Amino acid sequence: MTNPISEITDETELMLLIGTNATEAHPIIGYKMRQAARRGAKMIVCDPRRIDLVDEADYWLQLKPGTDIPLLNGLMHIIIKEGLEDKNFVAERTENYEALKETVQNYPPEYVSELTGISVEDLYAVARLYANTDKAMIFYTLGITEHICGTRNVMSIANLAMLTGHLGRPGTGVCPMRGQNNVQGACDMGALPNVYPGYQAVTNDEIRQKFEQSWGVSLPAKVGLKIPEMFEAAHEGKVKAMYILGENPVLTDPNSNHIRAALEKLDFLVVQELFLSETAEYADVILPAASFAECNGTFTNTERRVQRVRQAIEPIPGQANWQTICQMSTKLGYPMEYEHPSDIWNEMASLTPSMAGINYQRLENSSLQWPCPTEDHPGTPYLHKGKFTRGLGLFQPSDHIPAGEMPDKEYPFLLSTGRILFHYNVTTPYSEGIASVWDKEMAEIHPEDAEKLGLVTGQQVKIQSRRGEVISAVKVTDRVQPGMVWMSFHYAATPTNALTSDALDPVTGTGEYKVCAVRIEKIPEVAHA
Amino acid sequence: MQRVKFTINGKEVEVPVGSTILQAAEMVGIDIPRLCYDPDLSPLGACRLCVVEVKGNRLLPASCVTPVTEGMEVQTESPAVIEARKTILELLIANHPLDCMTCDKMGDCRLADYCYRYNVKESPFTGDQHDYAIDDSNPFIIRDLNKCILCGACVRACEEMTGQDNLSYLYRGFDRKATTAADVPYIESDCVFCGQCVAVCPTGALIEKSMSGQARRWDIDKVRTTCPFCGTGCNFDLAVKDGKVIGVLSAEDAPVNGRMLCVKGRFGWDFIYNERRLTTPLIKKNGQFVEASWDEAYDLIAEKLNGIKDQYGPDSFAALSSARCTNEENYLVQKFTRAHMGTNNVDHCART
Repeated sequence: MTNPISEITDETELMLLIGTNATEAHPIIGYKMRQAARRGAKMIVCDPRRIDLVDEADYWLQLKPGTDIPLLNGLMHIIIKEGLEDKNFVAERTENYEALKETVQNYPPEYVSELTGISVEDLYAVARLYANTDKAMIFYTLGITEHICGTRNVMSIANLAMLTGHLGRPGTGVCPMRGQNNVQGACDMGALPNVYPGYQAVTNDEIRQKFEQSWGVSLPAKVGLKIPEMFEAAHEGKVKAMYILGENPVLTDPNSNHIRAALEKLDFLVVQELFLSETAEYADVILPAASFAECNGTFTNTERRVQRVRQAIEPIPGQANWQTICQMSTKLGYPMEYEHPSDIWNEMASLTPSMAGINYQRLENSSLQWPCPTEDHPGTPYLHKGKFTRGLGLFQPSDHIPAGEMPDKEYPFLLSTGRILFHYNVTTPYSEGIASVWDKEMAEIHPEDAEKLGLVTGQQVKIQSRRGEVISAVKVTDRVQPGMVWMSFHYAATPTNALTSDALDPVTGTGEYKVCAVRIEKIPEVAHA
Repeated sequence: MQRVKFTINGKEVEVPVGSTILQAAEMVGIDIPRLCYDPDLSPLGACRLCVVEVKGNRLLPASCVTPVTEGMEVQTESPAVIEARKTILELLIANHPLDCMTCDKMGDCRLADYCYRYNVKESPFTGDQHDYAIDDSNPFIIRDLNKCILCGACVRACEEMTGQDNLSYLYRGFDRKATTAADVPYIESDCVFCGQCVAVCPTGALIEKSMSGQARRWDIDKVRTTCPFCGTGCNFDLAVKDGKVIGVLSAEDAPVNGRMLCVKGRFGWDFIYNERRLTTPLIKKNGQFVEASWDEAYDLIAEKLNGIKDQYGPDSFAALSSARCTNEENYLVQKFTRAHMGTNNVDHCART
């Protein structure tokens, strides 16, 4: 997020939500958005589903899945046509404006309306409202990124914010809400194939030398494999061994049958986990993991805020995860010795300028948002004040890129996936209380389709895609559009990702979880005599 | 900011214009009792326990809804005020079970605190007592409306914090009730089980089921930590008794969320005690997992990973780190992968 969560309630005058179901996926942020809407801030929801926040919204743009770029281009078309762009911001802080203008010229409202299903009237109203509001924030989540064109979707959002000068000030900004508790931190720490901690490139000689010196080894300069490439390489026999800490790709990665086959092919798999997960079943060695309540450390939230995690109880497997990793590394021949997680943090911070000013003493009674380069630096609540990281903001216009797989005769329904309030990925099913109430998948289907298929809420169906099939109960609801089915991915008994498409965004390697084609078959109930 | 001068308990002070008497008193370290007042919720002025004496005003105004005016003279503990508060408390406990010795909220109950402060042991008022069935319908919250004092904090929290609007008042007079639409149990209502109502309840009317019967409030150790579910970064206190987590308590100074939490953060923590937790290393032998010592596990990992690296080169290894684990653990995984295994094949689920 460029801007902090607190500005939702304290600053902003308009919230544009696109591809984000905050009250379920980020409930506290969702509750704050509701508070803001009720104090008078405008809200625009762009979502194919009737999410809860639609009830608070001034406008609901119910776009067809996978048409975010035409929608955003259409809004920019109107803004430019009506001269509502922030001319000073565009002139002083951006470049490549002419290219943007040229691209969005081809997205007049009538054409956009046809592609997205949104009325021309609403397109005008929303374009004017967003452009004319001084403090407007854009929020997005995986509804934007989990597409074949995810990167292009994000760039189009940035284009809209830059065009209207909605960046670099309180109450404005582009706010991707990060999924997991520490997905921001895992990225920040360099658990990525191309960067060390703090996004320092592995290909940069000077930076690599800095890490070589600190770690006392020579380091590879070649960028590593991304997750989908790892599993592809495992298929091909190039990756022979893997170590997986606290992830369950068999349930959470797209086209999961393909993942299972890749894990089968490995010569050796180590999994460090809380539970004997679906992925751990494939392991040769399982190391028991400690939960958040059993470890000291830090998490970094979606607004770059580093906060303490504190050990409350003795680790159930007898030791904390950092100790296990250190012991394993030492045994393999690379000694790692730390007294406490704060020593690990300090080593990282000494190599990472953007976090150099953060330490456990400062975090004892508060939290800090990076960049925080020095110990007297207060942290950075919002980014891009006066200047972008690269200098001028670069408009990167995009044309419409249709989804990798759309419904057809054989697979007539569009499947989209996401999270529900009561579960978080694949951990909460292990919560007895939560699992006792929300115990099974309820695939959402529109009443019109349900009638055609002869379905009522609670009935079992077989859902098939070109990649796999699952059994699920259905929930008949007009939250979804006709022709669409929506499912979560929390339940081992209904592993939705056996269906999803592994069409990938070419830049990030993110799967297109939000769009694929399926067919639905009623499972006949056993007749009772 | 404009300021206003007034006198409180004989002391002249200056506070920002628009402050209520209660807020002004807090600024100068004077504690006025309150039951319905909550700094995170809109003021209601319903319980009347915060009444004070204002010179020239023959009534005792509720300090939580009365703004300070220039030259005002306020007494917060005058005999008239104390008498009024005692009467209010006597009225409240006339219809409140006095089972404090077994009440889970004892030690964190404002009604009990104020009865202690004003030496109210029993009520001279006799009459009907409610006999509501306890709402035990869900795995998270126990709702005992016999202990409800109608301060309305739960109603306001549901509306103003979560925006779920699931609670309101039903019925009139003695039968008045803060409850769900149609007065159904929580599980049958539109409740999203965020538990904000529990966090603001000043009595034992709403409590965390997991903590019931587990500990007196003063025996609970609180460990401040960060929620392990989504990326919002909510803080809360883990409630620990005898080395065991028994619940989650809101922390009002949490930077992102204040006292707000969601169903997962407040009630989803019990996965840590799921009986299927792995407790020892396991090695697969003939397709079956067999318990092993840490050293046996490390030895096998060392042999295999180092062997594969030697035979096929560093890039034959790949590591998946975790967006659910700490920064420190992620740092170590990428360091191990790069420094020991010699490859940049390290990633995590940010992209999947």
